[in-house]
Amino acid sequence: MKKSLAKKNGLFARILKNADCYLYLLPYCAIFFTFTVLPVCISIFFSFTYYDVLQPPRFIGFQNYINLFANDDIFILSLKNTLVISVFTGPIGYLMSLIFAWMIAELTPKLRAVMVTALYAPSISGGAFMIFSLLFSGDSYGYINGVLLKLGIIRTPIQFLTDTKYMLAIVIVVMIWMSMGTGFLSFVAGFQTIDRTLYEAGYVEGIKNRWQELWFITLPSIKPQLLFGAVMSITGSFGAGSVSTSLFGFPSTDYAAHTIVNHLEDYGTTRFEMGYACAIATVLFVLMLSANKLVQKLIGKVGM
Amino acid sequence: MVKIRWNLKSRPGRTLGGNIAIFIFLCLVGIVMVLPMVYIVSSAFKPLDELFMFPPRFFVRNPTLDNFKNLGSLLGESSVPISRYFMNTIFLTVVTTAAHIIIASLAAYVLEKRDFPGKNAIFSMIVLSLMFSGSVTSIPNYIILSKLGWINTYWAVVIPQIGSTLGLYLMKQFMCTVPDSLLESARIDGASDLTIFWRIVMPIVKPAWLTLIIMLFQSIWGLTGSNVLFDEQLKPLNYAIGQIISGGISRTGVGSAVTFLMMLVPLSVFIITQSNIIETMASSGMKD
Repeated sequence: MKKSLAKKNGLFARILKNADCYLYLLPYCAIFFTFTVLPVCISIFFSFTYYDVLQPPRFIGFQNYINLFANDDIFILSLKNTLVISVFTGPIGYLMSLIFAWMIAELTPKLRAVMVTALYAPSISGGAFMIFSLLFSGDSYGYINGVLLKLGIIRTPIQFLTDTKYMLAIVIVVMIWMSMGTGFLSFVAGFQTIDRTLYEAGYVEGIKNRWQELWFITLPSIKPQLLFGAVMSITGSFGAGSVSTSLFGFPSTDYAAHTIVNHLEDYGTTRFEMGYACAIATVLFVLMLSANKLVQKLIGKVGM
Repeated sequence: MVKIRWNLKSRPGRTLGGNIAIFIFLCLVGIVMVLPMVYIVSSAFKPLDELFMFPPRFFVRNPTLDNFKNLGSLLGESSVPISRYFMNTIFLTVVTTAAHIIIASLAAYVLEKRDFPGKNAIFSMIVLSLMFSGSVTSIPNYIILSKLGWINTYWAVVIPQIGSTLGLYLMKQFMCTVPDSLLESARIDGASDLTIFWRIVMPIVKPAWLTLIIMLFQSIWGLTGSNVLFDEQLKPLNYAIGQIISGGISRTGVGSAVTFLMMLVPLSVFIITQSNIIETMASSGMKD
């Protein structure tokens, strides 16, 4: 009892002694709590209500979730599409970032800067990915159709942007093209900071080639960057939505490229069914967090 | 070329064949990645007949500046003067970036260099927030902004951006590289925390705040603000430009000029500041 009291006093003393820290943190934390923490809480709260902004929210229990998973076929489709997109773009984009960063690491600084720019550029070039709508265009002006027609492989142009068979694949291709973003830069930087003497020691101890070196020395050395890159790539791949809308319009034909984010925007900003939209957001939140936690565990096994 | 090979060969465990194979592979991938962007550049300078040529041609034959001239005259015709859109974007960028750098760095400084109860809890929440994207919070954010009465004001764009967690995270991780002994000796000389922060830490972490500036610039540059700003007078440049390309097939030429310009700006900013960004990213890693 006495001990816990002393501990409490100690805590108070430490808070008082560092009072200025809280002052420095205040402006940032006020914004962080208002626009990141509070929205997550609100979202979870509203997901159990019917709320259309005009009338006060009405508590309806799990009804929104029941509707989502039992009655909303389009949501199930969007969930499936999102998972397919993430399963492809997440790991492929991540591995590409890692492999290219690793290859680039051994170039001379000037060449390295050129290659980094070339590979990073698609992720920051704004609406440049719209060029793919021209490549895949369904009339004969589409490059891919043009080439296929000319070679005689097909007779009539393929409607890439409206044929449900191809749409998801096109989203995946475009997203992989744009996938070397912040995580990639983190890898590039990480490879440059590895202590060179580790390699010399490694070869003395019996490492034979660049592959063993990669697994036993390089990857464990940049594990913190690997974790950071994974977070960036998971958040990006689950948050996909704008690529689909820009390429195929909204909604896409038969909802073939409809993602959770598209569904969320539909209910939140068009239909103003905020309660339902919040339930979708909560599902997305849980999906992103669990994918992150899972991948963090996997990466923990690197180099073992 | 000789120099490159020498550099590649300078480490153990490498074969010349492997190095050349990797180099060629890298070049091929680089070309594939850049190709769509080369096409954008080439299209921006194409005259009308080449834009609609069949079969389409990749490179421009008779480069012209017509598309840019048309863009200029189109922008001159808009009901809200183009300078207004431009000033909106400048205002949003400058205010947001300045406020974010100061507020986030101050928070990063105490989170990294001071020890106080609750510090780890706050930082874990920030790391956790990196793990979900803005779409999760977009709907409640709109509700909060409307309750605050900020809808259709600049603040609806500016304030949430100031709270960007990636910026704070990178700043805090980079401050790890500032040696504690330096701060300790300043403290012995009687410097206050604010002085230490402003005079010692901030100059050392210059690469980090340059990176934050670039990242915010990129996100604001791409912003249309169309869900929180409704007055034409308040909208940023990107919105106005989006309206121009939405004109469909008749605007193909102008559209390709616009796409080129919108791509050019963030890309050139990145090329100029690349070494600073890479330096910052070196400390971006997460602990288990």
